[in-house]
Amino acid sequence: MDFWPTDDQLALQEGVRSFCQGRFPFDTLHEIEAANGRIERSAWKDIADMGVFSLRNDGFGVSDAALVFEELGRALVPGPLVATYLAATHLSEAGAASGDTIVGLSEVAEPVTVIEHADDLDVLLLLDSSGLRRMAPDALPTDKVERPVEPLTPLRVAHAVTAGGELVLSGDAARALRLEGTLLTAAMQVGVAFASIDLAVEYAKGREQFGRPIGQFQAVKHMCADMLTRAEVARSAMYAAAVNLEGKGEDDAEHTVRVAKMLAGDAAIFCGKTGIQVHGGMGFTWEVNAQRYWKRATVLDTHFGNSDDHADAIAAAM
Amino acid sequence: MDLRYTDSELAFREELRAWLREVLPSVPPEPHRNDWEGRRAWDTGWQRMLFDAGYAGINWPKEFGGRGATPTEHLIFLEETERMRAPYVGMNFVGLLHAGPTLIAEATDEQKAYHLPGILKGEHVWCQGFSEPGAGSDLASLRCRAFRDGDDYVISGSKIWTSFGHTADYCEMLVRTDPDAPKHKGITWLILPMKAAGIDIRPLRTMEGSTEFCEVYFDEVRVPVKNRVGDENDGWRVTMVTLAFERGTAFVSEMLQSMELVRDLTDLAKKVTRHGSTAWEDAGLRRDLAHLSGELDALWALTKRNISEAQRKGLVGAGGNVFKVAYTDLRQKLGDISMRLLDRASLSLDDMSGLPTGKHVKGRIHALSIGIAAGTSQVQKNIVSERVLGLPKDR
Repeated sequence: MDFWPTDDQLALQEGVRSFCQGRFPFDTLHEIEAANGRIERSAWKDIADMGVFSLRNDGFGVSDAALVFEELGRALVPGPLVATYLAATHLSEAGAASGDTIVGLSEVAEPVTVIEHADDLDVLLLLDSSGLRRMAPDALPTDKVERPVEPLTPLRVAHAVTAGGELVLSGDAARALRLEGTLLTAAMQVGVAFASIDLAVEYAKGREQFGRPIGQFQAVKHMCADMLTRAEVARSAMYAAAVNLEGKGEDDAEHTVRVAKMLAGDAAIFCGKTGIQVHGGMGFTWEVNAQRYWKRATVLDTHFGNSDDHADAIAAAM
Repeated sequence: MDLRYTDSELAFREELRAWLREVLPSVPPEPHRNDWEGRRAWDTGWQRMLFDAGYAGINWPKEFGGRGATPTEHLIFLEETERMRAPYVGMNFVGLLHAGPTLIAEATDEQKAYHLPGILKGEHVWCQGFSEPGAGSDLASLRCRAFRDGDDYVISGSKIWTSFGHTADYCEMLVRTDPDAPKHKGITWLILPMKAAGIDIRPLRTMEGSTEFCEVYFDEVRVPVKNRVGDENDGWRVTMVTLAFERGTAFVSEMLQSMELVRDLTDLAKKVTRHGSTAWEDAGLRRDLAHLSGELDALWALTKRNISEAQRKGLVGAGGNVFKVAYTDLRQKLGDISMRLLDRASLSLDDMSGLPTGKHVKGRIHALSIGIAAGTSQVQKNIVSERVLGLPKDR
């Protein structure tokens, strides 16, 4: 047993982290926000050139992909990253791995079915209990959502989900795609949680009140310690899920993926919320980035089943 | 990352299982929890069996009589002994996991030659004289005084929370040898024979009803200077050395017990009825229990991460500190869920109406101690925020 990232994995993660810092600093995210979250094709191509969408074709494993998506989450990189990765990996969708085709994936859901980044998609995948359907992005009648909670994730809402498109995956193959998508979303949630901690801790070290850094107060310290605790527990569950999904574990992969998504979702929202609290009034402003983590955590929680959905599925197997 | 065990780890597990299957039938039944002489004989008898089979001091280096097992083998040892219901480390705890490692790192050859085999063979039981009524979370403020008088130290003062003080042979003892020095610089680490004259031991009764903890009073107790470990006034550093021996395995047995509690509680929920249907049909309770079960799986994964980190780097990093905070919270939530489920059956320490309820009730009470023992959750959070996150100290 060796449940610690290898040197190669740590190097891969470090490479993606420095790419994200260089290509998607907050200034860039703010510009994308001002442009209503539209995806710049050249930026998408840069992500593809980093090898993000072709990881599996290039010989990397699921746990390598999980470490990469943890970094993409940490940097709040916008766009349908998981969907395009899944299309390249599970469907060999033309142009997905190279960044020429932007693929979106939406789940048929209650009370509403929404499509993220709809205006930038080349292909839309629709996932429901019967499997995965592939269609043109404008095949579904939708309305633009004028004020999405997270401006980096623009939305359209479907009037009604009609039959259509081509069934490209069903049964075990669709299940495999869903599992990997769930895992990689959990990985991004873990990244969001840790980024939120980093920002809060940096602020708590520098912000002074009552003549001292607020990070000296136990009330603030304990909020930060609680954030780290949740995030590390969630990260452990996520790594375990990745390793089991890769076939290098002894537990049921689906169960471990559900646990990971449930805890990573909770951790991301908790750390997002607590990060805002540590920032006090500034945390509630548009300017300070703490709110951006909370908003991304909220979006990701709705992907591939929220925490309650997974808890209920875990209960059903108990 | 790989969660599968290697061939040599699997071979270790098989060998251990075979031995446990062979010897466990000869282990006598467990004595009553407050039968201290009986417990001592039971715990040390098991330790002797481990010694004879080469499993004593599983994580101690071979040159000091241990097995020199890897952290993963230590995990496997704890897993198998717990699953096959072998006796737990019991009152050998301080000797094997605290005093012994300290002696290995800091004692003289003569001290090691006498004390280490005594611990490994189950001949000597150790207790810990660290906390005092006035020195709990702030351990370094301890005041139990030791004067130098010729070749002896003369100790006066008191200690508290000394588990097994009334049955122990030796005590790892922290005393104040320089009251004028800054608090961390005037402490000395001594090996105290518990049979020395002037020691008064008074058991404390815990809210669980156990009398394992003791208050110990010292009235001019004489200890030879040769029983000192490390230099005079260097005892704080000597104490901290033991922390470097932690390999992430401290809560493995506890975790396995918690997993069993969750499984048992799930079975129980499917049996007991509330308002005309089984408790399991209560969607809220079911969801909470499933969430908790998932958290427990995550903590088991965190344990394996910590152990793997120790195997790579020789010590556990941030994960060790966060583990205890998370585990405490989980165990207390588990206790509260069991109470919601059992309702009035949660009011007895023994099983009620033929239902296996007692262990959940006892477990719920035990959970209250986890957030206090070995550093309260609040102290743990200070450590996490200062040493891991780098927030400034409040000094």
